[in-house]
Amino acid sequence: MIIDEALAKSFGLNAAEYGRVLAIMGRIPSLTELGIFSVMWSEHCSYKSSKIWLKQLPTTAPWVIHGPGENAGVIDIGDGLAAVFKMESHNHPSFIEPYQGAATGVGGILRDVFTMGARPVANLNALRFGNPALAVTKRVVDGVVRGIGGYGNCVGVPTVGGEVNFHPAYNGNPLVNAMTVGIARVDRIFLSAAAGIGNPVVYVGSKTGRDGIHGATMASTEFAVDSAAKRPTVQVGDPFTEKLLIEACLELMQTDAIVAIQDMGAAGLTSSAVEMAGKGGVGIELDLDRVPQREAAMTAYEMMLSESQERMLLVLRPDRRELARRIIEKWDLDYAEIGRITGTGRIIVTHGGAVAADIPLAPLADAAPLYERPIVEPVVPAPLGNVVSPLSLEAALLKLIACPDLCARRWIFDQYDSTVGGQTVKRPASADAAIVRLEGSRRALALTTDCTPRYCAADPCAGGAQAVAEAWRNITATGATPLAVTDNMNFGNPEKPEIMGQFAAAIRGMAKACAALDFPIVSGNVSLYNETEGKAILPTPAIGGVGVIEDAGLAVGIAIGPGLDLVLIGKTHGALGQSLWLREICGCETGAPPEVDLAAERANGDFVRGRILAGGVAACHDVSDGGLLIAVAEMALAGDTGVALTPHASSPAFWFGEDQARYILAVADGAALIAAAQAASIAAEHIGRTGGNRLTLSDSIAISIATLREAHERFFPAWFA
Amino acid sequence: MRAGILLFPGINRERDMAIAVRQSFGTAPRMIWHKETDLTGLDLIIIPGGFSYGDYLRCGAMAAHSPVMGAVKDHAARGGYILGVCNGFQILTEAGLLPGVLLRNAGLRFLSMDTQLRVERADTAFTSQYQKGELFRAPMAHGDGNYTADAATLDRLEGEGLVAFRYADANRNGSARAIAGIYAPNLRILGLMPHPEDLVDPLMGGTDGKPLFDSLAAA
Repeated sequence: MIIDEALAKSFGLNAAEYGRVLAIMGRIPSLTELGIFSVMWSEHCSYKSSKIWLKQLPTTAPWVIHGPGENAGVIDIGDGLAAVFKMESHNHPSFIEPYQGAATGVGGILRDVFTMGARPVANLNALRFGNPALAVTKRVVDGVVRGIGGYGNCVGVPTVGGEVNFHPAYNGNPLVNAMTVGIARVDRIFLSAAAGIGNPVVYVGSKTGRDGIHGATMASTEFAVDSAAKRPTVQVGDPFTEKLLIEACLELMQTDAIVAIQDMGAAGLTSSAVEMAGKGGVGIELDLDRVPQREAAMTAYEMMLSESQERMLLVLRPDRRELARRIIEKWDLDYAEIGRITGTGRIIVTHGGAVAADIPLAPLADAAPLYERPIVEPVVPAPLGNVVSPLSLEAALLKLIACPDLCARRWIFDQYDSTVGGQTVKRPASADAAIVRLEGSRRALALTTDCTPRYCAADPCAGGAQAVAEAWRNITATGATPLAVTDNMNFGNPEKPEIMGQFAAAIRGMAKACAALDFPIVSGNVSLYNETEGKAILPTPAIGGVGVIEDAGLAVGIAIGPGLDLVLIGKTHGALGQSLWLREICGCETGAPPEVDLAAERANGDFVRGRILAGGVAACHDVSDGGLLIAVAEMALAGDTGVALTPHASSPAFWFGEDQARYILAVADGAALIAAAQAASIAAEHIGRTGGNRLTLSDSIAISIATLREAHERFFPAWFA
Repeated sequence: MRAGILLFPGINRERDMAIAVRQSFGTAPRMIWHKETDLTGLDLIIIPGGFSYGDYLRCGAMAAHSPVMGAVKDHAARGGYILGVCNGFQILTEAGLLPGVLLRNAGLRFLSMDTQLRVERADTAFTSQYQKGELFRAPMAHGDGNYTADAATLDRLEGEGLVAFRYADANRNGSARAIAGIYAPNLRILGLMPHPEDLVDPLMGGTDGKPLFDSLAAA
């Protein structure tokens, strides 16, 4: 094969980048070397377009142990324990092959977490799909949900939360963002920096096959109609092997055998070897003849670029090799010493006795391309003018609560094991954030994923801030204290200035919100080129939030019982721009999204959390998509209890406006809560009284909970009937 | 009562089970790797849920041939107590210790939700702390829980009072005669699909499953 600029281009390297390869190598690279450069310099692995913007994000706090740069973020959660978490996309594979794409997305993010020494205790998923009227959307939803369940259920990690949106902008490019949270001892965190000249490099896990070759490169280009032809670049998952790998690694981590460890994720053996040696400032030699292989006659190029799943690379203490081998083999996994750490600063790969690649590591990392791509500042639409409601209040409520973006997600989460582990305090849909207790403790994690892409499309800066604020609010609404964030930045083609402008603005908004809410970003993932046929997705900076509550018994959900006052905390201006009411009832997606007032967000949230932790709050729900009336209806449905709403003008702005920083609290004594709020200069008003089996909007209008439920739970079962 | 929990590769509810056992028994169970063959000193063998061997071939089929299963059969022959939950139930049927088979759920989808179980008899070592006819809640989480046997076997199970629990709210997985769990003729082996071990703590939403472990502790 002729190695030239044209081949480099087909590998995803442009002419300037290929020139840089030639300069570093001082010669024409071998095929394997070109493959290594192309995947390490792919957008997916190098963050070449996003890096300069990501630096703006706040990443530190006294409780942050490891911020971005490790396999996952690590925060101190007390009692000598750390939460280890990250969210990662598997968008392109999930469109080509929904089941395997989603399944291996879950597998990959699990490995990022247990590679650091943490036992995974929870999975969440942020999903965006196209227009439900399309057959392809149904196929993708079905496959993605089955894939997430198929993998997560088998490895025995509960899937406890997530979110699902539909929008035609995702027709050809769904988003599958998987988040895993694990627990480790703070003094037993494992990192990837290799050390110790001569130390053995050990391969553990599944055998290497030809699957997923150039997957990272595929994730770094736009989609065309022939994308189905890329199906062979989608990996195939084996959750059973992953489960063995989790248990084997965690058992090995009880010993002192491991010097460094890294999973083989995107770009497989290449990225794990290069990153481990690069971070440690050492060199690495790999003998590919020793790599466990699933297929015959694999080339060095194929082995280095394979993205076969369920594999880990370890650097071991030489005197602990036998101990490690015994543990790995106890779990019926392959253990192979495939190389050693050197002091050369180079990665040297041999195959069949010949050198297949010999690359200096420092320039491979340091000379990686870094782009400050041109940006165009997004034009934020003018505020929404007056709109006339085409439907009555009750008709709008019944239509909204039934729409794909607001209807019950039960059909989805009923396919996910949410209780395995025996620590799930608040299951999906029962609280604004999932609550997962730490085994043997009263303490619990509060977990959520959030983003409102339609806000981000209209105003990426406000949308970025809103995504962070909503995650913070959802954790707060359970009584937990929000601690840190993982982000999954899903955007279109960064070579287009308007897309890069969206990205930059979203980061700006996120950074502002993270700083104002003491909610630093500790890990994340960037997924660009989410376009099909030149059409970009809505900008989607998905936020995964993690919080802690000292006593899981104090956490509240959204279900109301009878005999309670409903009190709205926070100001209502009636923001209908970019609201779901506007889209679903009026059929337009216009106006500016709701303002994000971070000071109000902070003050209202801290007040609400204080009230919950003091006891006396029976239920709490934040007001988000669909506004106040939808939030009340969701609380009524969750508790199977009616509400008599305080009489109020029937303006859609009041009932369906999506003003931020608002919560509904169910309490025994509403007057006392309102007085306390007023004393703290927090807006509060009485909005209803719980009881009975109807949602009473006025003297003349009431909807039975049964009618609401029928509307709310209709969509998914009917779609898949 | 001294309990042991079997560990096959791919099992994933062993921790949940250990918590439930420790809470009711006051002692931690012995965790038993599937290659062990000595079960001496144990009164109760528990096979927990999960995906032993990835459910490849057939749920429970490979685990049923693990080295430890010979010792489990000896334990059964001695009249020892055995509890198999979910994958554990599947393994017991594959090992021939309980009749019938668990097929794919009728709707061909994984089902994870709480279900209501009816206690068919309260005079066994597993159910003495329940009342006959009592309904209790248990989470289920399985793709293959559709209990099936031939009509003669089902009639025999019913006739001999060997149906332990039935789904009382909805028979979502399509099990024959809504059977959720069955006993061996000596009433010392119980297999069931739902997970009482995941509902033994008020923090997790209830203690409906705790009487099953309290019953065993008192047996």
